Amino acid sequence: MRKRVLLCVIAASFLAACGSSGGAGTSSPTPTPLSGTISVFAAASLTESFKALGTAFQTAHPGVIVQFNFAGSPTLVTQIEQGAPADVFASADTTNMDKLKTDGFTTGTPQVFARNQLEIVVAPGNPKGITGLADLAKAGVIYISEAATVPAGKYSLQALAKAGVTAKPKSLETDVKSVVSKIELGVADAGIVYTTDVTAAGSKVQGVRIPDTYNVIATYPIAAVKGTKSPDVANAFIAYVRSAKGQSTLQSFGFLSAA
Amino acid sequence: MRRERVPAVVVVLAAIGAAFFILPLIGLVVRSPWRDAITALTAPETLDAVKLSLLASLSATAFGLILGVPLAWLYARVEFPGRNLLRALTTLPMVLPPVVGGIALLLAFGRRGVLGSWLDSTFGITLPFTTAGVIMAETFVAMPFLILTVEAGLRSMDRRYEEAARTLGASRWRVFTQVTMPLIGPSLFAGAVLCWARALGEFGATITFAGNFPGITQTMPLAVYLLLETNQEASYILSLLLLLISLAVLVGLRHRWLSLA
Repeated sequence: MRKRVLLCVIAASFLAACGSSGGAGTSSPTPTPLSGTISVFAAASLTESFKALGTAFQTAHPGVIVQFNFAGSPTLVTQIEQGAPADVFASADTTNMDKLKTDGFTTGTPQVFARNQLEIVVAPGNPKGITGLADLAKAGVIYISEAATVPAGKYSLQALAKAGVTAKPKSLETDVKSVVSKIELGVADAGIVYTTDVTAAGSKVQGVRIPDTYNVIATYPIAAVKGTKSPDVANAFIAYVRSAKGQSTLQSFGFLSAA
Repeated sequence: MRRERVPAVVVVLAAIGAAFFILPLIGLVVRSPWRDAITALTAPETLDAVKLSLLASLSATAFGLILGVPLAWLYARVEFPGRNLLRALTTLPMVLPPVVGGIALLLAFGRRGVLGSWLDSTFGITLPFTTAGVIMAETFVAMPFLILTVEAGLRSMDRRYEEAARTLGASRWRVFTQVTMPLIGPSLFAGAVLCWARALGEFGATITFAGNFPGITQTMPLAVYLLLETNQEASYILSLLLLLISLAVLVGLRHRWLSLA
């Protein structure tokens, strides 16, 4: 048994040696390969795109494992401040990132890596015939929103205010994902979420565009968390998210470019 | 009673076990800003949540008594095929994750649910996002505690009083209301209080089925969860209040709880 393990190790190191020498011949000298596990605490609206980014990043760095914790941004800030082992924080707004930074839980300057905009989410086929924000206030339309404590809830209020619409939500959900799922379940008729959430839900829901004049652009900053045990991996992940490859992945999920 | 000689290992492990439960409570007590307690508890949103919580949990207890006691009586007194299965089904929420309960309620009573779509198309009634929805979620999760407690009470009571009342000519209903119910009074009370306390603490099924809106569906546990993001001190205070109520319930019930065994 032990002999076999030893053989494997020898074989593996031999292969690794071949691989690295081969690589060195064709491209610039390879730096020490990254290794370690990082926990990325990311806003719920980043669920699908960050999972894809994580998989791609792991493929590029075989020694690395990226774990995710998705929730509403303020929940994540609370968790980090209460000592949750986060290495990277990606927020759906600058307010929550600023709070984490002011309280001394970030290293370096947070970087904006994506922007997002709002869209009305309705059931497929748009049974209630919703064409814009004003329709959310119509009688017989069950409109649900996010609590104003999460960025999406705050942005929704801003968009409604810009359009001069007073729509009374039936529920203030804790994050965008639960709004989308309640539309999918047919419990509610309409909600305001990010464009990316509509894209992510595929054919189970439909989006209704909000004109630019009323729309709110959300900025997503990312930063490494102070005390991370793998600063190299954390920074590499942040760099990857902001790289051309990372940006094109984000855009394929409906995000707008960082600047 | 002779004092038992206890092995040291048992004492140490038991102490760690006890500390595991007590430390979080101490944390809450120590970190709660007592000075702001009154302000936090009398804030309009908090009062709304407290009022709604009381209304919903007491209603859930009432429904528990009206619907749960007959079920408990059937389980204790009547042999019928599938009784054990039915008992398991009606007490399932005791072990079911509350969120799963909430989803199940949505699929049954939601606007597109099995019964909900009929309610909506026939009467225009939609239960999610209403206080009625909160009461349903709480009843669903809390009633099983009442059913089991009352069933245990019925099984352990002396049935000769019922037989005597019957031979003296009392109707079945009269025996049930004037002999059986008073005799199991303590279990009835214990079951109702347990049911009430569980309803008061309900979170998962409520937020899933009834949503979260201040004054309509936002109960105390939901308010605690959202306050943690905006006003942590207030959330500690409200947590502490819920904790004290639950503790009072358990301490108050200790005797009855033990006597059931």
